[in-house]
Amino acid sequence: MKQGEVLVDVRNLKKYFNMSMGFVKRQRPVLKAVDDVSFSIARGETLGLVGESGCGKTTLGRTLLRLYEPTAGKVFYRGQNIFAYNRGEMQRIRRKMQIIFQDPYASLNPRMTVSDIIGEPLDIHGLVRGDDRKERIHELLRLVGLNPEHAARFPHEFSGGQRQRIGIARALAVEPEFIICDEPISALDVSIQAQIVNMLEELQDNLGLTYLFIAHDLAMVKHISDRVAVMYMGKIVELSESRELYRHPLHPYSQALLSAVPVPDPQVAKGRQRIILEGDAPSPIDPPGGCRFRARCPRAKAVCQEQEPTLRNMGGGHQVACHLV
Amino acid sequence: MEISRDLFQPIAQGREDAEAIVRPSTTYWQDAWRRLKQNKGAMAGLVIIILLTVMAIIGPWISPYTYDAQQLTAEGTNRLPDATHWFGTDDLGRDLFTRVWYGARISLLIGFVTALVQFLIGVTYGGISGYLGGWVDEIMMRVVEVLYAVPFLLYVVLLMVLMEPGLKTILIALGAVYWLPIARLVRGQVLSLKEQEYVLAARALGASPWRIIFRHLIPNSMGPILVYTTLAIPEAIFAEAWLSFLGLGVSAPIASWGSLISDGIASIRQYPFQLFFPAFFISLTILAFNIFGDGLRDALDPQLRK
Repeated sequence: MKQGEVLVDVRNLKKYFNMSMGFVKRQRPVLKAVDDVSFSIARGETLGLVGESGCGKTTLGRTLLRLYEPTAGKVFYRGQNIFAYNRGEMQRIRRKMQIIFQDPYASLNPRMTVSDIIGEPLDIHGLVRGDDRKERIHELLRLVGLNPEHAARFPHEFSGGQRQRIGIARALAVEPEFIICDEPISALDVSIQAQIVNMLEELQDNLGLTYLFIAHDLAMVKHISDRVAVMYMGKIVELSESRELYRHPLHPYSQALLSAVPVPDPQVAKGRQRIILEGDAPSPIDPPGGCRFRARCPRAKAVCQEQEPTLRNMGGGHQVACHLV
Repeated sequence: MEISRDLFQPIAQGREDAEAIVRPSTTYWQDAWRRLKQNKGAMAGLVIIILLTVMAIIGPWISPYTYDAQQLTAEGTNRLPDATHWFGTDDLGRDLFTRVWYGARISLLIGFVTALVQFLIGVTYGGISGYLGGWVDEIMMRVVEVLYAVPFLLYVVLLMVLMEPGLKTILIALGAVYWLPIARLVRGQVLSLKEQEYVLAARALGASPWRIIFRHLIPNSMGPILVYTTLAIPEAIFAEAWLSFLGLGVSAPIASWGSLISDGIASIRQYPFQLFFPAFFISLTILAFNIFGDGLRDALDPQLRK
């Protein structure tokens, strides 16, 4: 972890969804999207969050911002539990915590011009008015590498990468400290991905931002993150300093994930062993007891069935939830 | 052909200049209006609606007759259209030109007021119900369903018992019922739109539910809402027509297009012009509202912009 104060501290966060089963609601199955997750992010740090589709990454990010009501747990922002905040306090903290969405086509209102989209946060918080507002919108557009002349256009007139820049400008309008990047590049062309990631890094340096970077592209996460958390079925199974995780993954799931990352050197690639996981992830509606990964784990033992592993510190801030390590 | 170096020369304009050639900044509504103006059909519809409205206001004034002045003589009743009575007269010798435009007042007023009421109540009700969801939505939608289940005619008759028949009662009766379908329409739209990421983004920015409903959800459901509203205007005019036909609408000597048509039907064989004029204008109104509604829907969708 980087030196310095903890900005965001997540404690035992849970988000369950009640699945409605039609008219007769005798038994309501519960989908445990995020199940007892704890981690913290230091000021100025980037924490990467990886995992396969449906493992709860996006839900975790949205619950952090109270876009979904949490089932249990606490999120401390600068030592204050934001889940205990009332409406007015929440309104103020929203200026500090922002989110960038995955799909640049769905995250911009098609009926609003770019200047309305970026101006909305300014209006909501009453930050600037009149000519200053216009000037601020142009300044934000320049900040994300767009031409201020584009302000009068509608989102559909832009490419995916440009739209993502508009989404970033909207998030930056309130001068946040902490931004959740919810797979901001996975919907973009590879050539555009690097541009956006580089811009995010530049903005981080210039504005002193802290990121929670959600992704499933491991190479990109390694590039941008200081630390990485690996999530599987609503739980964090491994959390470590980024380089350490990529060199010495401890959890069998992390190992399998990392073995799937393509290597640009064919000589190295030839000598590598790819770990192929058997089967699909079990349904998160009714997860199996014990370790959730055991059904697909190549090294599962009896203890994995009986006991659910918890995160243990392996030294140097490297945490892993596995009985076999 | 050989391509040599001196065939090429740098273009004079830089990138900065190219970007400077942009269209002026416009708001959403300015842009929609600009697109509406380009649609000839919609503009024709709009012009017809405006002309009909203007005639409804000034029509009875430019005629020397009043809507209820009778001329009970042999040559005064059932006159064919001529220079003195442009649309002829009816069986009581009343000037049909005056009556048609007087009827236009009643019919258009009913159409516009009903549309306005259903728009205001229906959109707000449906928007709130859909956005808040949960038990609020359950209760609000059950209320709509209960009101829906009451037969329209039965409850109009009940209203007539409580209030005297007339324009006010018809407006209350139509207004009270016509917002129901649009409330359900808006609720459905809002339900499907509220999970969109731009709504989540607005919530993350601290937008109030009010702002989200009126700035994000309703503008994005505007297409179907406006089409529905423009179709509801002729529908309300029709509803008034058959209520008048049944004697539950405006009562004589006041005229509406509906009551003029029902009067005209009685003498369709002898004097078809008595039916033709009100029927023509009611058809023209419906046609104009339909093509205008279509054009409006297209104009409000910025993605159709060329």
